[in-house]
Amino acid sequence: MASVSERMAAAPSARAAVDAAHLHRAIFVGIAIFLAVAPFLLYPVFLMKVLCFALFACAFNLLLGYGGLLSFGHAAYLGTASYICAHTAKVWGMPPEVAILLGTAAAAALGFVFGSLAIRRQGIYFAMITLALAQMVFFFSLQAPFTGGEDGIQAVPRGHLFGLIDLSRDTSLYYVVAVIFLVGVLFIYRVIHSPFGQVLKAIRDNEPRAISLGYATNRYKLVVFTLSATLAGLAGATKAIVFQLASLTDVHWTMSGEVVLMTLVGGMGTVFGPMVGAAVIVTMQNYLAHLGAWVTVIQGVIFVICVMLFREGIIGVLARRLKRPL
Amino acid sequence: MTADIILSTRDLTIEFKGFVAVDGVSLDIRRGTIHALIGPNGAGKTTCFNLLTKFLTPTKGTITFKGNDITALRPATVARLGLVRSFQISAVFPHLTALENVRVALQRKRGGSFDFWRSERVLRALNDEALNLLDAVGLTDFAALPAVELSYGRKRALEIATTLALDPEMLLLDEPMAGMGHEDVERIAALIRRVSANRTILMVEHNLSVVASLSDHITVLARGKVLAEGNYATVSSNPAVIEAYIGAGHA
Repeated sequence: MASVSERMAAAPSARAAVDAAHLHRAIFVGIAIFLAVAPFLLYPVFLMKVLCFALFACAFNLLLGYGGLLSFGHAAYLGTASYICAHTAKVWGMPPEVAILLGTAAAAALGFVFGSLAIRRQGIYFAMITLALAQMVFFFSLQAPFTGGEDGIQAVPRGHLFGLIDLSRDTSLYYVVAVIFLVGVLFIYRVIHSPFGQVLKAIRDNEPRAISLGYATNRYKLVVFTLSATLAGLAGATKAIVFQLASLTDVHWTMSGEVVLMTLVGGMGTVFGPMVGAAVIVTMQNYLAHLGAWVTVIQGVIFVICVMLFREGIIGVLARRLKRPL
Repeated sequence: MTADIILSTRDLTIEFKGFVAVDGVSLDIRRGTIHALIGPNGAGKTTCFNLLTKFLTPTKGTITFKGNDITALRPATVARLGLVRSFQISAVFPHLTALENVRVALQRKRGGSFDFWRSERVLRALNDEALNLLDAVGLTDFAALPAVELSYGRKRALEIATTLALDPEMLLLDEPMAGMGHEDVERIAALIRRVSANRTILMVEHNLSVVASLSDHITVLARGKVLAEGNYATVSSNPAVIEAYIGAGHA
């Protein structure tokens, strides 16, 4: 038995798998160091926006890239968490950590309910059900009294974290957001590389085969759907505190589209792709904002170029060049 | 029903919009035998497989496995009872390594794998067993390769190793030799014979020389009905069987 293991360990490709884990660890450390010094180089509010969207895209990628499920309604979880968080902080006067947790929990509950409906269908029908459910959330948000309709919930207090740290200072809030982001993406990394993640990838690759091995695949899909919605909610709730605002933009279907774009541009099914994708799209929106509606046109062109020229996305192409999973 | 019948069907029928694909099929498969299901194209062999493993729901009829009626059960449940199938097209998980492919099946022993908070390092305990299974099908050197990069014959071998990882009481092999070269056919045939030791195997196969050398019992299907049953000599000399094969354009 040992001899078999030794032969296996001697194979160059086996070492590559171990190398990949080391490489990923090094990249995460690199990201942490970058995040620590970034506010000295870049505008903190811009960085926080990138981090919120990067977490959102990573959450979405967990579902699409590793679960093989294309949700076209992820704005529902981002937006719901954002509204609940804003309401909790502003109307109920709760501290920011409670508001963020409540918002995230709301997204988790919504994800569980919507997920259990959507996973009954596959492919395009799955996507359409998630979209239809998300549209219901949009109209609810437009009509419900507590969401403020077209105005949204404005002037949300940032408050004091644990009653100690004053988050009205951008730099303090930035480090809190950076920690939330890191915890979120490390959690996603763990999910991908867990026993659950193994089964998940098997289901993504070949669902009938996974069933024939005795896996009740729908339960796994529901768990990953709920996890993805929860993390999207964490991103949305954090965003509400950062911008002191929860608005219809966050529940609009274009937000669901944007997260697909970010994930594909960065590289779906890669660990770091969605972060890069989110950074690219948010940067573009920020620096091209003076072009108005043209931003949407440029985004469309980029999307087409991505799909036609490098379908694997920025990090996907890079990973192929380097022959390393990223 | 006698105790040595592991799987049986009574009057199994499925109808698709007026077309009866499987029509009143009653099978009895004895424990510990290799049973072959043959017949011309469109005879309903694969449909029959899909019914037995619950990937399709019969219009009428019953399926009994180890004395329990499994007609109403879901496919994953049937698999957990020990009735495991392979597929006509090679069914591997392309982006998992060969080792991971087998290990996913071994993971079933843990019950559900819903522990998303735990590191996959806990699965390393299964590596030796997975490697032994890969060794049995001659894939040790490919353990760390993604399944998508394996040749067709090796994918089939990997699929068999994955199926064996479940240690099922009964295996359903859907055309295990389909699309294989001569050498692969012999290797897989030897493998099937070896794994049949403590198991029951039901297989669909077109390669009649394989059927002749491997199977203890043969059921011939044609147009969704059982045409003949018996060992190879009985079946191959049956005029109705010869007629069905030649009549359908097969020699």
